[in-house]
Amino acid sequence: MNYVIIGNSAAAIGAIEGIRAYDKDGSVTLISDEKYFTYSRPLISYWLKNSVTDENMKYRDPDFYEKNNVTTMLGETVTAISANEKTVTTASGKTIAFDKLLCATGSKPFVPKTEGYEKVKNVFTFMKFDDAKAIKEVLTADSKVLIVGAGLIGLKAAEAVHEYTENITVIDLADRILSSILDEDAAKIMQTHISDKGVTFKLGTSVKVFSENSAELQNGETVDFDILIMAVGVRPNTELVSAAGGKVNRGIITDKTQLVDGLKDIYAAGDCTESIDITTGDSKILALLPNAFLQGEVAGKNMAGNLCYYVNAIPMNAIGFFGLHIITAGSYTGDTYVVTDGENYKKLITKDDKLVGFILMGDVDRAGIYTSLIKEHIALSECNFDLLKDKPLMAAFSKIRRNKKLAESH
Amino acid sequence: MKRVYVNEERCLGCHLCEYWCAYANSGEKDIMTAFKLGKDATPRINVEDDGDVHFAVQCRHCDDTPCVKACITGALSCNDGVVEINRDKCVGCYTCVLTCPYGCIVIDKKNGGKTVTKCELCTDNSNGEPVCVRECINGAIVFEER
Ligand SMILES: Cc1cc2nc3c(=O)[nH]c(=O)nc-3n(C[C@H](O)[C@H](O)[C@H](O)COP(=O)(O)OP(=O)(O)OC[C@H]3O[C@@H](n4cnc5c(N)ncnc54)[C@H](O)[C@@H]3O)c2cc1C
Repeated sequence: MNYVIIGNSAAAIGAIEGIRAYDKDGSVTLISDEKYFTYSRPLISYWLKNSVTDENMKYRDPDFYEKNNVTTMLGETVTAISANEKTVTTASGKTIAFDKLLCATGSKPFVPKTEGYEKVKNVFTFMKFDDAKAIKEVLTADSKVLIVGAGLIGLKAAEAVHEYTENITVIDLADRILSSILDEDAAKIMQTHISDKGVTFKLGTSVKVFSENSAELQNGETVDFDILIMAVGVRPNTELVSAAGGKVNRGIITDKTQLVDGLKDIYAAGDCTESIDITTGDSKILALLPNAFLQGEVAGKNMAGNLCYYVNAIPMNAIGFFGLHIITAGSYTGDTYVVTDGENYKKLITKDDKLVGFILMGDVDRAGIYTSLIKEHIALSECNFDLLKDKPLMAAFSKIRRNKKLAESH
Repeated sequence: MKRVYVNEERCLGCHLCEYWCAYANSGEKDIMTAFKLGKDATPRINVEDDGDVHFAVQCRHCDDTPCVKACITGALSCNDGVVEINRDKCVGCYTCVLTCPYGCIVIDKKNGGKTVTKCELCTDNSNGEPVCVRECINGAIVFEER
């Protein structure tokens, strides 16, 4: 069997581990336009703030490719997939044949068209190791940094940049930070926490026009900068698959085995795909590293002929900024139970006798017990919900379920 | 594979296992330095008490290792059935805390939460066998094949 994988990140690595769990002999070729050994994308901000070394950027042990007998083609861009010929072609003119192909191409930054943007010299996005390296080249203690986008990536960039300079402005069209994972109250606590470190926020506004070193905002204010980081959002890399005839909505559409709808022997996994969020039933892109890995692993197992399904996906996040941690999961529509002391924040969202989502900030100990309630669809009437409201505890489960979890063979 | 199982009926809720665990993994020779002299070692086992119900929980070393698969840095790995943490690679993002269904990944408060820690069945200290099992005075934690 001849496996080809496009991409070299979480989904691709999951696929290699999935393939090798069942097929030790087939040839595996991995093609990626980034020239690096597989690295952890979320660590680029840690690297930029000097808390992770080059060596620790590696997502797997240095002998990973040898151990798994993987042929790598790094620094090579795939330009087309031919579903009929079962080949991929690269920008350097190579043609590679496959029996089974995985598209694990992830996503790219979305940069909105803004007047004057082309006049800005020091402009960066924040997705790749090379982006972090390029920013480090120009960043000094005197830098004035403007970050557009107060989402996860923009704020991770702010945290890293803060290691060099406190002159940071973050702007966002939304009226709160981290609007995709936090509600208003939690966002306020986090915003205060980050502002206290010296970061300035301009929310509910956007850039009207750029000049080389300043941005005029829709609200009339002007922000001077010498480094601009665009972190407005990301878009999935779906072009290869759609050109090959695979189904694409926002992301690539696959079945539960990660096989692309409309194609044979071509699979897709990770940030370039959609999956079903079980808390809402909607098909959406869940751009998270754990999801990417798990989807890749399922794809790999299926490519190697072992039928298994990727199900039970939920949005979830664990992330911290300047020492304040957030863990969130699920959806936020339903009845809510909130406790906060102004620093720590807890919100549990329930619907039809189930926990469907939660937001924890500050005290996040043992949050996975909440996650398991969501993923396993456990009826709250079967648990001691009063205990759970206080904190996540195994003691809140019924004795039968607890024994199943803690005392039975697994 | 041999795993740690909980015998809830026998647990007295004495919390001794927490002390033994923390002491064994503190690297301190003296129990006084481990706890009393400002060290405050972190246990990787956690005894839950709810009225008359008591039991200890620690990493189940699951077959499907949700924490390892979720780890964003590659700090967690599973070797011969033991889920291990490389603290040098852990950045304390807590994605494993989010995904462990038993709540068994422990935020290491001793280092300000910079990393997590977890039970490695005492394979990473000088005991070689789970010290919580050895020291349990009532057979409430066992290490066996099931
Ligand atoms: C700054 C930052 C912080 C983050 N923090 C977190 C976090 O804390 N927790 C979390 O869960 N997630 C986080 N994420 C998201 C996480 O990084 C992604 O979900 C994850 O990397 C997705 O993995 P993937 O394999 O699907 O794709 P990607 O990591 O995007 O990798 C895709 C690879 O394919 C390559 N490629 C694309 N097209 C081609 C082509 N035509 N030819 C060859 N190669 C190609 C790309 O260059 C890339 O190397 C963060 C992301 C960023 C940018």
